[in-house]
Amino acid sequence: MAQSIRSDHAPRSVPRLSGPGSARERLRTFIRRHKLAPYLLLAPALIGIALVLLWPLAQVAIYSFQNYGLAQITGVLPTQWVGFANFSTTFTDPEFWLSLRNSVLFAVVAVPLNLLVGTIVGLLLNRLGKKMSIFVSTAALLAWATPPVSASVLFYWMFNPDGGIVDWALARMPHWLVGSTDWAGYNWATNGPVQAYTMIAILVIWQAFPFVAVTLLAGLKTIPAELTEAARVDGAGPWRVFRRITFPLLKPIYLVLLLLSVIWDFNIFTQSYIIISLGNQNEYNLSMYIYDKAFGFPPSYGLGGALALIFALILLVVTVGYVRASIRQGALT
Amino acid sequence: MTGTELTGTELTGTTMAPPARGQAGPAGRRDSARISARTVRQAKSVSLNGLGLLIALVTLFPIFWMVSTAFKPSQEIYSLTPSLLPAHPTVGNFDQVISGQVTGGIGPIWLFFRNSLAVTLSTVVFASILSLLASVAVARFRFRLRTTLLVLLLIVQMIPGQALIIALFLDFKSLNLLGSLLGLIVVYSAQALPVTIWMLRNFVATIPRELEEAAAIDGATAQRIFWRILFPLVAPGLVATSIFAFITAYNEFIVALTFLGQAQSAYTLPIYVTYFFGRGGAAWGPIMAASTLYTIPVMIFFLIVRRRLVGGLVAGAVKG
Repeated sequence: MAQSIRSDHAPRSVPRLSGPGSARERLRTFIRRHKLAPYLLLAPALIGIALVLLWPLAQVAIYSFQNYGLAQITGVLPTQWVGFANFSTTFTDPEFWLSLRNSVLFAVVAVPLNLLVGTIVGLLLNRLGKKMSIFVSTAALLAWATPPVSASVLFYWMFNPDGGIVDWALARMPHWLVGSTDWAGYNWATNGPVQAYTMIAILVIWQAFPFVAVTLLAGLKTIPAELTEAARVDGAGPWRVFRRITFPLLKPIYLVLLLLSVIWDFNIFTQSYIIISLGNQNEYNLSMYIYDKAFGFPPSYGLGGALALIFALILLVVTVGYVRASIRQGALT
Repeated sequence: MTGTELTGTELTGTTMAPPARGQAGPAGRRDSARISARTVRQAKSVSLNGLGLLIALVTLFPIFWMVSTAFKPSQEIYSLTPSLLPAHPTVGNFDQVISGQVTGGIGPIWLFFRNSLAVTLSTVVFASILSLLASVAVARFRFRLRTTLLVLLLIVQMIPGQALIIALFLDFKSLNLLGSLLGLIVVYSAQALPVTIWMLRNFVATIPRELEEAAAIDGATAQRIFWRILFPLVAPGLVATSIFAFITAYNEFIVALTFLGQAQSAYTLPIYVTYFFGRGGAAWGPIMAASTLYTIPVMIFFLIVRRRLVGGLVAGAVKG
């Protein structure tokens, strides 16, 4: 090793250093003989992933069985093993169940809507002329490209009770269409979980449908036109064509999109943190509940760890489904 | 809307056939069939384009509203009858944000631009280099646990930031890296890796092995083969992974929020925008101006790389 470092500084005209028998050459032979090349190439990336993604997960699992909080981080008291205490505290806290319910209901509503909107736009893009198709997909791309923080702040402004455009427009619509609520000055963010998550669902779908549409469009392009045309000539309506031909052929893509959307929508933090903000407990989702327990006052990393572990396990179930679907799609070939 | 439009499709499907083999029928019927086929086709095209236009405009509206609000003076912003375009456009909101002379502001926006740029570019460079090396390993070598590793990466990619943030916070606290950009760069690079390795692996796998073998027979060294053959061919893939790493770092919220805390001089753009958004009596003009300045560069960037992006994302999504 020392020799090879010196060889970099040696004059170029000394050929022996890079010839057979030099340290460099010996190292090369060693790597080849032991088939080390792939491991050396992988090492930097894997070390990074292990230190920043895997080790913290293990730590979180450890914290979940400890009473790790303010007293422990300041060194006043030592950390102690507390068994399943953090878990039983969690499971007996009604706020936990409320936030879990909010997360689950949000995903149950937002995911199908997102897939529906994405499908409609995807099918439309497939049929539009070139110019119009570029226009629509560019608009969608811009919505998708908007950073979540910008989008959340922007939707908060649009749905704001003071000067927000949504309340203004709703207040001017006929009652038979928008109900008899007094929409002027209606507060979407704090009136309750249904209102807050309606707003967040519109925001999330606005940002996510382009991905669904473009991914489906790529799938639609692989379906031979003769197939759908033949069905149409045989008298099948568009709904039948979609249900009997398009959907079955795109099923694997739909499965991946479904699982990805479930993971993303179950995960949302940025949007809910900005729109709901900490302190509004009855509107928390699981992510916000975890964050508040861990970093709120008093901070409890043990309780947060237990919650993070529960959260990761729920997501693991969906992720395993996603991985299986991806592999069936030929991801590993 | 879709209902009528789709029925139109069905009609054309059946009525378009007669004119093509219309010679058999009487001349009159053929003409009327042709006319009705054309009307139906036109109606269909109009309704399709109308729907497309509607979707595009609804999708663009929030972005338009952000920019429009940013150019409005405050009496127009809080007016009881909001107008689409500012009646008296002003750059006052931008002035406030750029000079830092804004209520609740913590300095000119360029400071936070600089922070975001430093974090984002470093993440792109680190993630690209590390994932290029790793992707060559998984695409070009057979070794033990290769498949296991690929599956593991797919799973790791899905671990949410919220699950890790507690441990990351405590680890980086003990490393004294909390209020610094370096801490963010390390975390973002690692977070981007599982996806970027997969994306690049798919690119490397499509390059025919024979190219490298032929070069090797001609006596080219491994480095030469890499730089002269593999690298140029995998460059489009690197663009795709760079875009992914770019979005990861430029948009990231929860880690920056937790790590940066009160270290205002290290704030990245998303934290800066939410910081003065959260300052009670929200001044929507400057907030929208700041959001616009944060959003527009990334939109321009996306419009430039549009074509590559679509292909790369689809490859990343559908293939894993």
